[in-house]
Amino acid sequence: MVGVHPQSEGDDLKDRNPAHGMILTIRDVSHHFALGGQLLPVLDRISLRIGDGEFVALLGPSGCGKSTLLRLVAGLDPPSAGHLLAEGEAIEGPDPSRVVVFQDPTLYPWRTVWSNIALGLQARGLLRTRRERIEDALRLVGLTGFANAYPHQLSGGMAQRAALARALVNDPKLLILDEPLGQLDALTRITMQGELVSLWQRAGFTALLVTHDVEEALLLAGRVIVLSERPAHIKAEIVNPLPYPRHRGDPQLAELRHEVFGHLGLNAVW
Amino acid sequence: MSTIADEASTGRKPALGFLAGSALRSLIGGLAAAGAWLAVAVLTGFWPDRPESDWSYTDALAVTCAALAVALAMASIAGVRFAGLRRVQRLTPWLIALALFLGAWEAITAKFGLLPLPFFPPPQAIVEVVIDDRALLGAGIFASFRLLATGYLLGAAIGFVTGVAVGWSRLVGYWVHPLLRFIGPLPATAWLPFAFFVFPSSFSASIFLIALATGFPVTVLTWSGVASVNSAYYDIARTLGASRRFLVLKVAIPAAMPHVFVGLFMGLGNSFAVLVVAEMLGVKAGLGWYLQWAQGWAAYANMYAALLIMAFLCSGLITVLFRLRDRLLSWQKGLVRW
Repeated sequence: MVGVHPQSEGDDLKDRNPAHGMILTIRDVSHHFALGGQLLPVLDRISLRIGDGEFVALLGPSGCGKSTLLRLVAGLDPPSAGHLLAEGEAIEGPDPSRVVVFQDPTLYPWRTVWSNIALGLQARGLLRTRRERIEDALRLVGLTGFANAYPHQLSGGMAQRAALARALVNDPKLLILDEPLGQLDALTRITMQGELVSLWQRAGFTALLVTHDVEEALLLAGRVIVLSERPAHIKAEIVNPLPYPRHRGDPQLAELRHEVFGHLGLNAVW
Repeated sequence: MSTIADEASTGRKPALGFLAGSALRSLIGGLAAAGAWLAVAVLTGFWPDRPESDWSYTDALAVTCAALAVALAMASIAGVRFAGLRRVQRLTPWLIALALFLGAWEAITAKFGLLPLPFFPPPQAIVEVVIDDRALLGAGIFASFRLLATGYLLGAAIGFVTGVAVGWSRLVGYWVHPLLRFIGPLPATAWLPFAFFVFPSSFSASIFLIALATGFPVTVLTWSGVASVNSAYYDIARTLGASRRFLVLKVAIPAAMPHVFVGLFMGLGNSFAVLVVAEMLGVKAGLGWYLQWAQGWAAYANMYAALLIMAFLCSGLITVLFRLRDRLLSWQKGLVRW
């Protein structure tokens, strides 16, 4: 699965960066919510193995439980049944090696951009020794010069980039992306998709992306997992071998898109 | 009054040179205010007080008004050269209104004698009290301030800590919430009889009452602030490796600060009320006590003087709290109507 990594410019940069990915194993995971005394099943025996440095997209109808699966992987909630393993060890709680970027940037409005990015380092008492990493992260997402701005002074795209920097400054081995581009306008979105791919190529982390945008999933991921309606189970798995950078107009991409739409039950539209 | 309009008018009349636009308007306004105060000075100084009066500070009042008039005139002339002084222009309408009010008051009380004495003393009688009774008033200000500051800070600190604890911990919430619901709505002054026999001194009793009056709104609003923090803020911090301590100190408390300040403002208002009641009923010092004492002696000028000082003190403290909020919550600018 690691083979999907590009050979172009990614590898020499990767050598300079000590960060790498992680292997994530999801084994027979089921989950339900208690709603007014009733159990609402959300996930139905999901099993998935994600390799070191892989970019996997979870695609499914809205409300199918994709985000719930991400919360379990992040360790924010324990699963009702089944096992989640990070590098072979059970996930028992949140850990800075597995960082989430949510659909909403959720920057702290009382902190400047710099201070928001510093959050993880500060929380772990590493601010003094790794201070310069914040500058690096700002540069990486193109926000140099906005260090002292407050979140409400940023545009939606800039805020989402700051949220990305806040995640990346911790050198995560697994970056969990919960529709991070969902609220952006179409143009910013296209730019950010390209930026996400190059960040992933450079840093070498494992990426798990939740999206309901078929094209986004196919542009970014090496493997697309199609989930069913709630309770979600894995309906199909599409391997996307196309090299990066990928182009929207690529006929092979159109073919894959057709296949994915078929799995989503939407072939009539196409 | 708008700057844009001023600039536009400056642009349109370049022929007027350095006296154009806002500078000219500021000069005219300033001179008008100076004229108004000069008129008050003349009215006070040259129109004899009503017969059988013994106000010894009539001339002093006239001289003070004249001095203010001169200062205003000089400032408005200097404002032509120094743009910084022109900011005072905003105050001009108020300065003129105050002069009119003082002049009318002076004429009705000291000159025509239309209002009954001693209930409505003229301005110079109040000046007389402030100057002659300054030692007692000064001691009163000190005593009131000490009582208020001690009680308020104590109440605010306890209220803040309780509010955070109730908002954060289920166990604390279980035990403290019913108490707050039951006892909180009781006005602090209802505890007054109890406080005055339980506490060893009227001073400590008053501190208890002021702290109670401050603590309740601060507790409730801190608690609601902590309880309403966006849970995603906690999720973010937890995935980045935050400890519980970090979640409380660096997430819950900063996020709750806007609420906390609402509580601090409400608490400050409550504390003024309780301070005055406590001083009127038990404490033998302070401005509230002075107010009561003056009324007992039918010394109405003293009463007005104490009221005036109290108004300055209370509005000054509110201003200080506003400044503190502006400093700590400056990140809210642009998010809320400031």
